[in-house]
Amino acid sequence: MEWEVVIGCEIHTQLATKSKIFSGAATAYGAAPNTQACAVDLGLPGVLPVLNKEAVRMAVKFGLAVDAEIGKRSVFARKNYFYPDLPKGYQISQFELPIVGQGKLAIELEEGSSKTIGITRAHLEEDAGKSLHEDFHGMTGIDLNRAGTPLLEIVSDPDMRSGAEASAYMRKIHSIVTYLGICDGNLQEGSFRCDVNISMRPKGQEEFGTRAEIKNLNSFRFVERAVEYEMERQIAILESGGKVVQETRLYDPDRDETRSMRSKEEANDYRYFPDPDLLPVVVTDEFIEAVRATLPELPDAKRQRYIGELALSEKDAAGLTAANATADYFEALLAASGCEAKLCANWVMGELSAALNRDGLAIEASPVSAAQLGGLLQRIADNTLSGKLAKEVFEAMWQGEGSADAIIEQKGLKQITDSGAIEAIIDEVIAGNAAQVAGYRAAEPEKRGKMIGFFVGQVMKASQGKANPGQVNQLLKSRLDALL
Amino acid sequence: MALDKSDVESIAHLARLAIGEADVPAYAENLSNILTLVEQMSSVDTRGVAPMAHPFEMVQRLREDVVSEENQREHLQQHAPAVQDGLFLVPKVIE
Repeated sequence: MEWEVVIGCEIHTQLATKSKIFSGAATAYGAAPNTQACAVDLGLPGVLPVLNKEAVRMAVKFGLAVDAEIGKRSVFARKNYFYPDLPKGYQISQFELPIVGQGKLAIELEEGSSKTIGITRAHLEEDAGKSLHEDFHGMTGIDLNRAGTPLLEIVSDPDMRSGAEASAYMRKIHSIVTYLGICDGNLQEGSFRCDVNISMRPKGQEEFGTRAEIKNLNSFRFVERAVEYEMERQIAILESGGKVVQETRLYDPDRDETRSMRSKEEANDYRYFPDPDLLPVVVTDEFIEAVRATLPELPDAKRQRYIGELALSEKDAAGLTAANATADYFEALLAASGCEAKLCANWVMGELSAALNRDGLAIEASPVSAAQLGGLLQRIADNTLSGKLAKEVFEAMWQGEGSADAIIEQKGLKQITDSGAIEAIIDEVIAGNAAQVAGYRAAEPEKRGKMIGFFVGQVMKASQGKANPGQVNQLLKSRLDALL
Repeated sequence: MALDKSDVESIAHLARLAIGEADVPAYAENLSNILTLVEQMSSVDTRGVAPMAHPFEMVQRLREDVVSEENQREHLQQHAPAVQDGLFLVPKVIE
């Protein structure tokens, strides 16, 4: 039987506020345990939550960015469950009336096509604390610094049909929230986490199958792999006549498999009810319009502009606009160098990205600034440097050896473009490789094209990579052909 | 609507309440009575009445995003039964 996978995502984004959603405690990551957990976060008797305006503003900003209906009147509800890192015994969340209603966004797929994914809703809630199960003499340690950090939970429609689509959706949400500046997007620190609901159905069937939920995926790649594993697992169960159990599972990246979490017999019996400690939240049209005025150029619009105005390829434009910081760097480079967009794009997506990856750095922390890289690209544009030499200079700049011009001067890396000088090297190479020259002369004409590569290599080597490769090719060919 | 023994037990479990076996019938009756009252209210025609999320006709006031709380960990942990390295210690929650 042919199966179809149905995927929906719930993404928890920590909002980048300074203080918590319902208290004045700080939200900074990495503080000593429980030093950012005040009486409200601890759920001590007699405290009351007071809603953070910035969290509301950020939620509205997201809603506007995905063309969603903004809930002008939203209500906080209590989601009841017991766990030690949830001191009150309930999480303040939103249930029936969320702040962001139905919206949508487009994801780009490998083949260059795009697909619209519906956003069911997005609601505000508080994060829980952290449980540490390591060595505390059979006890569990609780750090409540994270308790009360504002979260925007973004729920998608069950619109995705492959692991690649789920991963593309997660990337797109990541891109949007970081562009908007409402989330730092740090996957390692847990600022951005994805739960994925996966079910299988026979292709062509309307009705959904029973789903499993994979919790807390914090990498784009893991989402894709978890979906693929889960598809295989569920198909195997269904094809052997079994039934998929509705449950929560965890993905183990080391073993590349999903495992059932401890069974919660009272699963999903959260007994939501409106939180009497909080009044309905009303956002006015003025508030919404003021937020709309702060919306930056979003990734889709930027991508279209790069393709339309800068004549970049779809692939380059998508790569450059995926993260706001990359787009900012690219635009700064374009301005600083005055070079063609294509050259700038090649360097940002090529050499720079490779070096950043290699050293595990974010583009904001690049040791070579956009202005400095611009200086290098100018030397490529004016033919001072060949592409190969430019890479060498870039590496030296990366190591902090100075500006492009200083390194070119110091290492004597100027490209040789003087025909006379190149011809002199060619003559030496021809004189020193009589056997290859004889071979060239004896070869079938159509094979000579390939054979010339040997001579180009020798000339480049003899010039220490400084000869202009285009000129070398041209001069070599006419010199060798003259010998025929 | 009448609740039976297993309903009472599952409600007690959700609320983490230990109740005596002998008290279950009484709880079942009391809780069933509450549901009957709710059913009675449900029978009233409320078309055209907006759902009420809060008894006050007011809206939530918002706070500026300012850190106003200082670290009071030592003070707040004074009454915790067990702490270590700044963490609250609780009975182990996973196997």
